[in-house]
Amino acid sequence: MKIIVLVKHVPDAQFDRHLTGEGNTTDRSESILSELDEYALEAALQLIEARGGEAAGNKVIALSMGPAGAVNAVKKSLQIGATEGVHLSDEALAGSDAAATSLALAAAIRHLGTDTPADLVITGMASTDGETSLVPAQLAERLDLPQVTFASSLELDGGKLTARRDGDSHADTVEATLPALVSVTDQVNDPRYPNFKGIMAAKKKTITTLSLADIGVDPAQVGRSGSWTTVESAEVRPARTAGTIITDEGDAGIKLVEFLAAQKLL
Amino acid sequence: MAKVLVFIDNPGPALKKASLELLTIARSLGEPAVAFNGELHDDVAATLGAYGAQTLYRPSAADLDDYLVGPKASYLAAAVLTAHATVVLTENSAEAREIAARLGIKLGAGVITDVVAVDPDGTAHKSVLAGSWTTTAKATTPVAVLTVKANSITPEPAVTGTAPGTITVEVPETATAASARITARNEKAASGRPDLAEARIVVAGGRGVDGNFGPVEELADALGAAIGASRAATDAGWIGHDAQIGQTGKTVSPQLYISAGISGAVQQKAGMQTAKVIVAVNKDAESPVFEIADFGIIGDLFQVLPQATAEIKKRKG
Ligand SMILES: Cc1cc2nc3c(=O)[nH]c(=O)nc-3n(C[C@H](O)[C@H](O)[C@H](O)COP(=O)(O)OP(=O)(O)OC[C@H]3O[C@@H](n4cnc5c(N)ncnc54)[C@H](O)[C@@H]3O)c2cc1C
Ligand SMILES: Nc1ncnc2c1ncn2[C@@H]1O[C@H](COP(=O)(O)O)[C@@H](O)[C@H]1O
Repeated sequence: MKIIVLVKHVPDAQFDRHLTGEGNTTDRSESILSELDEYALEAALQLIEARGGEAAGNKVIALSMGPAGAVNAVKKSLQIGATEGVHLSDEALAGSDAAATSLALAAAIRHLGTDTPADLVITGMASTDGETSLVPAQLAERLDLPQVTFASSLELDGGKLTARRDGDSHADTVEATLPALVSVTDQVNDPRYPNFKGIMAAKKKTITTLSLADIGVDPAQVGRSGSWTTVESAEVRPARTAGTIITDEGDAGIKLVEFLAAQKLL
Repeated sequence: MAKVLVFIDNPGPALKKASLELLTIARSLGEPAVAFNGELHDDVAATLGAYGAQTLYRPSAADLDDYLVGPKASYLAAAVLTAHATVVLTENSAEAREIAARLGIKLGAGVITDVVAVDPDGTAHKSVLAGSWTTTAKATTPVAVLTVKANSITPEPAVTGTAPGTITVEVPETATAASARITARNEKAASGRPDLAEARIVVAGGRGVDGNFGPVEELADALGAAIGASRAATDAGWIGHDAQIGQTGKTVSPQLYISAGISGAVQQKAGMQTAKVIVAVNKDAESPVFEIADFGIIGDLFQVLPQATAEIKKRKG
């Protein structure tokens, strides 16, 4: 089985994040592998391990699109256990919106499937910077694959995929046949951490760098100029400041209600 | 005048407030029409008219709900072309965003999610990076697709209502071809409380409730609020996952958010820091939630919440 996992290199949410890049784009200096993509990687690793692992000819390819630093998301994926890594990087990709990102990633996925198409493409439920959840659905559309997104559980039996998807008013059981595009939520598994053995093993694994020319994408179709949306302005939201903090002296419940009444919230 | 198509999917017997907001925004942008899916109840049809819908589009196929996302996007694309719409508005739920995502590819249209306001020229306002930045964005394509968050504006009926005619939109036969099938559906029991995404007040509990959501529920009911939770509380199974607020749960922007027994991790803050007023009850003075609380109480939620509930009941008589 061949699984492509999409991993994004995103600013670490533990620090302040900024839209100070060119054209109101994200400052990517303090970036990490998007934590939500760790669930996608774990799902892929579990699927191949249940089928004899790499020894049985299975592989997990970690694919990231992004500037030079994004190779770190690929490296981290290799340390966690991916078989090989691919870094799609090209100056012309800067400022791509979801549509342009999905166009480039779809072309990269097709390129990686030239000899043997992937059985599964697995993504996170959302990138922790863009947070749009548009890319997985757009990839399913572009690649004409069954879309099995927001999976909170995932089972594969032969060529049949069964997933659970939780909605607000209902929970659905979803079925599709391979090949398919899957996105997984943080309910689906508990991602593993890289261990010493994994970190050492990763040093010997291959990372392929692809340019737009390699995957046959016209630079005009991607990046800021090829995007279908533009960000016209970006401003820091005034940080929330702490208000009144009191220590309960037996009457804090009443003080709380007085505060709500004063704010006309009762 | 611009034709604005509002997508309304299976509203059931009454339209949600979020749909009324979409119709109100649609009128501010041009001539509103509705692409509808599901059973159309009389009350819903009447409300669509009262909110100024000029035309009602309905799919030729009745099995769109049996598949995940793809076929609904095909239907909506056909409806946009039939209606000659240049703006499409949907709600901001996970499913609606994914429909919007695929619609965008089908039509070559820019998609903007998490929109909280739309200017007459189509400029969309949203907040990003977990509510720490606000941006304005615009689609540069002939058609713009916007998914709008609930609680963005106050819904208002049209000055003059309409009696919209219905047009059936042919759903392409290939629409279901490469789609995942929904083979079973479990409806969740209705709580009788307001919908979390739309609620004016949310009372949320975390690990500090230690398995007992009673005090949170009682305070919520005294305030007419919806109930939320941190991931620690939903992971523990004390409350359903659909109550989770945060990065991997729901994003809410209520008038009032009361956080009880929640430390305020970044992933939790991502879902609630655009609330108008934040109240936090936590027994640890060092909890990060106090950095963003308008009113913070260092105390035991099992003391503070019941006392507040009793006081509200007393005041409300
Ligand atoms: C990929 C990922 C996604 C995540 N997504 C989300 C998300 O969407 N939403 C989310 O909430 N979290 C999310 N998390 C988890 C998040 O990082 C925190 O672990 C979680 O929010 C902690 O929940 P908590 O505040 O209830 O628990 P804790 O951090 O354990 O805090 C409990 C608090 O309760 C207080 N307390 C205890 N007893 C009492 C009492 N009797 N009275 C008053 N206070 C009391 C304690 O002082 C403490 O501050 C995510 C994590 C990851 C890795
Ligand atoms: N630049 C990228 N490189 C690799 N994967 C990506 C990229 N952008 C998005 N993805 C994948 O798509 C998922 C959803 O992203 P988004 O649509 O941006 O919220 C992520 O969790 C990733 O798996």
